[in-house]
Amino acid sequence: MSEIEIESRNLDLWYGSAQALKTITMAVPEKKVTAIIGPSGCGKSTFIRCINRMNDLIKDCRVTGELLFEGMDIYGKDTDVVALRKKIGMVFQKPNPFPMSIYDNVAYGPRLHGVTKNEELDRIVEESLKAAALWDEVAGILDRSALGLSGGQQQRLCIARTLAVEPKVVLFDEPCSALDPISTAKIEDLINNLKRDYTIIIVTHTMQQAARVSDFTAFFLLGELIEFGKTKQILEMPERKSTEDYITGRFG
Amino acid sequence: MTASISPATSDKAAKVMLWLSASIAILTLLFILGYIVIKGLSVVNLSFLLDSPRLSGAEGGISPAIMGTLCVVTVALLAAIPIGIGAAIYLTEYAPECAATHIITFGVECLAGVPSIVIGLFGYAFLVIYLGFGFSILSGGLALMFMILPWTVRASEEAIKTVPQALREASLALGATKWQTVSRVVLPSAIPGIMTGVILGVGKAIGETAVIMFTAGSSLLMPTSLFDPVRVLPYHLYILASEGISDRMAYGSSVVLLAMVLVINLAAITIQWHYGRHYVRN
Ligand SMILES: Nc1ncnc2c1ncn2[C@@H]1O[C@H](COP(=O)(O)OP(=O)(O)O)[C@@H](O)[C@H]1O
Ligand SMILES: [Mg+2]
Repeated sequence: MSEIEIESRNLDLWYGSAQALKTITMAVPEKKVTAIIGPSGCGKSTFIRCINRMNDLIKDCRVTGELLFEGMDIYGKDTDVVALRKKIGMVFQKPNPFPMSIYDNVAYGPRLHGVTKNEELDRIVEESLKAAALWDEVAGILDRSALGLSGGQQQRLCIARTLAVEPKVVLFDEPCSALDPISTAKIEDLINNLKRDYTIIIVTHTMQQAARVSDFTAFFLLGELIEFGKTKQILEMPERKSTEDYITGRFG
Repeated sequence: MTASISPATSDKAAKVMLWLSASIAILTLLFILGYIVIKGLSVVNLSFLLDSPRLSGAEGGISPAIMGTLCVVTVALLAAIPIGIGAAIYLTEYAPECAATHIITFGVECLAGVPSIVIGLFGYAFLVIYLGFGFSILSGGLALMFMILPWTVRASEEAIKTVPQALREASLALGATKWQTVSRVVLPSAIPGIMTGVILGVGKAIGETAVIMFTAGSSLLMPTSLFDPVRVLPYHLYILASEGISDRMAYGSSVVLLAMVLVINLAAITIQWHYGRHYVRN
């Protein structure tokens, strides 16, 4: 097994008085794809939104336990959240491009972080769009509004936008749930290519997707991590009864 | 109990009543517009717009009043837009959910309900006398700012709230700070909505004679500085009519004022129409 990139130890999370994550302990390996599966409402989004501190936006959200990124405590007192989010990017469930041109969407992050030279921005935009398998479709229309793209293209644009700030980890929260099968296939191919350079965590509600894209799989149920292991093993011979029930479609 | 009316009949009756109300509203508007235009249009020509008044306005044009109106409104806008947007950003993006925030919001609502004559008196006491701005464009503009501030804050708040949370999250997830997110994503998306609200506020405020007559003065000379007194158009026509100087000129001034309000409202509608399509997706 490769190096550990993200490690969670006894992580608990409460929304007000409702506990949404219960003592999650799990280690996410570097440059692999880790899938998180489980029925809706089991805390998948909540868990990955801890990793880039997106939960900070929610009032009354309280976290205890340890969550480490490259050995650094994500919820530590002097963690620089902005720097953390630069290193840990996120692609959301619904494509959310900014109402700007395609170019400006991708250049948004680099500009924030101080890139001002046009040649350099051009290069970053082109490389990011190529890495997100969108370049061929938009090369001639970079100055058009991103809102004119199809849903699948918008989602790949959001991926390009995330890659443009050179993160080490990319979190995907059900990135295909709003997309058609062809767009879904494109994004799955893309994720398979991205794992050479990035550590990827993907929340998915379909076991098939987990099987297609992931190396490791975590099964969540009611805020608990029930089982974690190689995807093949989790899907083919789960150790726990509830994992088996979920995978064979007995509930979910 | 009378015999029950069949649903079909009451449906018809309702339709007629609603049609009647709509017709009355539109006819009233058309009547007022028509009456003023017929009485006043003959006075309006290029020299009416560009000349200075003679004999207290009985002869000549109304150019100082047009100029005064534009100056006062410009000052009001320049002051109200940044303050209004700033307050709205604070209230929507930064203020904690607490009693103080609710009180501020409530205060803004109350300011919107203060009669213009009261704001005029306050402007007179505070701006003209206490701060020593005298009867001037500056005093008039700032007093008018108090009038349109609640509008600006409200319109800005509404516009900022329509910006989808998903865009804020996208920006923050890229490592943007809160201020970068507000200034680069939230505000640009909200600006058209804010402008529409502000312009509609101006359209309303431009006719607020009571505020301005206590603060801007009634000079018929062309202003040369912010501290010069001016007479705004609605006050000019009020004086023309109430002091029996010239009904003809009063109607002419009304036509010009109406035209200004119309242009302002058209500008608001154009902005809304042009940028409204932005929000269709997401
Ligand atoms: N902002 C929130 N405030 C309160 N409760 C929340 C919030 N977001 C999610 N929850 C609750 O936390 C639990 C886990 O939600 P979530 O992580 O979104 O599940 P999943 O992504 O697995 O569908 C659910 O019971 C949900 O109702
Ligand atoms: Mg979810």
